[in-house]
Amino acid sequence: MSKKITPDVTSRRNFLKKFGMSIGAASAVTSLGLLSACATDDDEMVNLLTTDGQTVQVKKSQLKVNLTEMQERGRDGIAGKKFVMVIDLSKCRNARKCMASCQGAHHLKPEQHHINVLRMENDERTGFYYQPKPCQHCDNPPCTKVCPVDATFKRKDGIVLIDNERCIGCRFCIAACPYSARVFNWSEPKYVDGDENRVYDIELNVPQKKGTITKCLFSADRLRIGKLPYCVSACENGVYWFGDANEDAVTNGTSKETTRLSTLLSDNAAYTLMPELGTKPSVYYLPPKNRLFKYNYDEETDDWMKQHDEAEKQS
Amino acid sequence: MSEIIKQNDEQIMEKIRKDLLHHLPTRPLAFKLWIGFLLTFIGVALWAYTIQFRDGLGVTGMRDYVSWGLYIASFVFFVAVALVGMLLSAVVGLLNQKWIIPISRIAEMIALAFVMMAGVIIVVDMGRPERLLNVFIYGRFQSPIVWDITVVQVYILISALLLLLPMLPDLAIIRNHMKKDLPKWQWNLYNILSLGWVGTPGQYKIMHSTIRVLLILIVPVALGIHTVTSWLSAMTLRAGWDSTIFGPYYVTGAFVAGTGAVAVATYFIRRAYHLEEYITDYHFDKLGKLMVLVSLVYLYFNLNEFWVPAFKMKAADAHHIHTLFAADGEYSLMFYLTQTFGLILPIVLGFFKRFRKPFPMMLIGISLVVGAWFKRVIIIIPTLIHAYLPIQNVPESFHEYDPTGIEITITLGVIAVAVLIVTILAKLFPVVPLWEIAEEKGVDIHKDL
Repeated sequence: MSKKITPDVTSRRNFLKKFGMSIGAASAVTSLGLLSACATDDDEMVNLLTTDGQTVQVKKSQLKVNLTEMQERGRDGIAGKKFVMVIDLSKCRNARKCMASCQGAHHLKPEQHHINVLRMENDERTGFYYQPKPCQHCDNPPCTKVCPVDATFKRKDGIVLIDNERCIGCRFCIAACPYSARVFNWSEPKYVDGDENRVYDIELNVPQKKGTITKCLFSADRLRIGKLPYCVSACENGVYWFGDANEDAVTNGTSKETTRLSTLLSDNAAYTLMPELGTKPSVYYLPPKNRLFKYNYDEETDDWMKQHDEAEKQS
Repeated sequence: MSEIIKQNDEQIMEKIRKDLLHHLPTRPLAFKLWIGFLLTFIGVALWAYTIQFRDGLGVTGMRDYVSWGLYIASFVFFVAVALVGMLLSAVVGLLNQKWIIPISRIAEMIALAFVMMAGVIIVVDMGRPERLLNVFIYGRFQSPIVWDITVVQVYILISALLLLLPMLPDLAIIRNHMKKDLPKWQWNLYNILSLGWVGTPGQYKIMHSTIRVLLILIVPVALGIHTVTSWLSAMTLRAGWDSTIFGPYYVTGAFVAGTGAVAVATYFIRRAYHLEEYITDYHFDKLGKLMVLVSLVYLYFNLNEFWVPAFKMKAADAHHIHTLFAADGEYSLMFYLTQTFGLILPIVLGFFKRFRKPFPMMLIGISLVVGAWFKRVIIIIPTLIHAYLPIQNVPESFHEYDPTGIEITITLGVIAVAVLIVTILAKLFPVVPLWEIAEEKGVDIHKDL
């Protein structure tokens, strides 16, 4: 059959051969080009501090092993833990120390909030209250499900992390997150010049990178060394409790008092944000009851961006 | 007796060749100007893209809340228009409708060009385009993006085959008859692409069965590509996207957009290449009726998409409905204009025979295509403006979405590439299938070659 319909077998075979070769060559060149763009420069040297306090120069290619280990450790999480945060809304007076310390630690610009203190007005009669909003570290996270490259993922200790060396910047996770917890590096990050030689710490997400996502990490780097998150430690009003659900214990970042998580939640009628969406957050809120102080709000002085601009000017 | 018929066959073929292939060697001034016009757009867009690549997506109007803008809206638009290849060739073709023969190739050319640009604009939208390979290295099959990339690639492949395979006999005709009329490279192109076609009954048999398999295959693939595209939105928890009918809503909307695009392209190609004898008022009349049919189906899905949540007015849905329908809604003017010119008016006009003529159909087509593009903007952006939690402690620009000049330029540039590809394909290849026309006229296609 095939012989009948191909009168010029040789020329067609030749054609296919040539055609195949040129296609192959073209794709090889393209993929090589793309791959070389992904690879790092092997000869570049990096300064490192040894344990005895001496500076040594190491090839960057050798560092890659460490980098992968760090990323692997970061992807794995801390065994046996299930981190939770409890936010006592009755205590928050919009001091914004959490926001400032968070942005400092993660090298963020003023408009990039891993944690954002929102002024909430649910009811005209009760007035407003302040609601700090970090990433909810959902147990059924809508964001990790949609990531095409596994650049955002859920660790075994409950933390949702991101890998900005893998993120392709499609922003599907931003669209998927109902809590608007994710922010994007729309342009070069704040410390693009200072951070260029820093080894990427996946648990701190520093250095930030242009064209990638960043978000609250529950300060995974601090948890790794047994400390409380940056925002929790920075709060001066006792708003934050942080701890391990498996131990059923949380510690207050201001008073350092430790209490039983389940009691704290049940005694105070704790709730999570938008439970009807089925995301199962790891962040609990205690209602803004017994407001012992007067809430003040001034659109002028409370403008975060304006505050920041003025602070910039003074320094 | 048989000699007379043979004589007639040759005369008919002679005329068909003259009518349908005369544009291949010529490069008239109008063609060059049109290409130059498109290339100017593309050049400016490339320059704009280098700025975006250097400085990041911050040069667009997108910010943390409206994080998808014109690019993703245009992506949905490209996929939508590309679906017309499947609608005309497969659905109408498999139903043995003969009227699509002279315009099905135009539909396939549009499909191929637009689906390719869908792939391109997704890369334009990426914050890290140089990491595109990560999708293949680390691809996770849970993500609808990976499904989308898979089906888009399959659709490109099938569309290219559906363009090439039915063209083989025509390419062989050009190869056999036009060697002295064409530049060497162009003749070589036809020679290579004709894949040694000589037109034996065996070859026709293989071609027919292959095309039939492809026509059946492209139905689920095309449904897949646009359903998955709808899922990029519908799989999220956002009001306005969180809808169970988003798949068919997108697919039927795509048929409307694609029918409009075919009407516009057919009108101009017919005029430029003087195909009035082959693409007649009859074809535009049929196309108009098809347009009314698919628009009515789309109207039905619109009714479901808006009336069902509007009746219940759940808090977040109510906000979305208000944005689109209320007099003071941010997007209501755009919404009403789009629905009027992109849907209602074409249906009403399409009911009358006098509007199903070539020129009115071209105008209606433009209205449909422009409306389709704005409809995608309306589907993507208003939903993102309304986050569940208040938008605070961010600059003013985060509250709204105003596309920047760079963003608009790049978008127009990618659209220009799609139009350029259609233009070049229609210039390089016979637009109306010669052999099918010959077969219709009773020419023995096996012998005449």
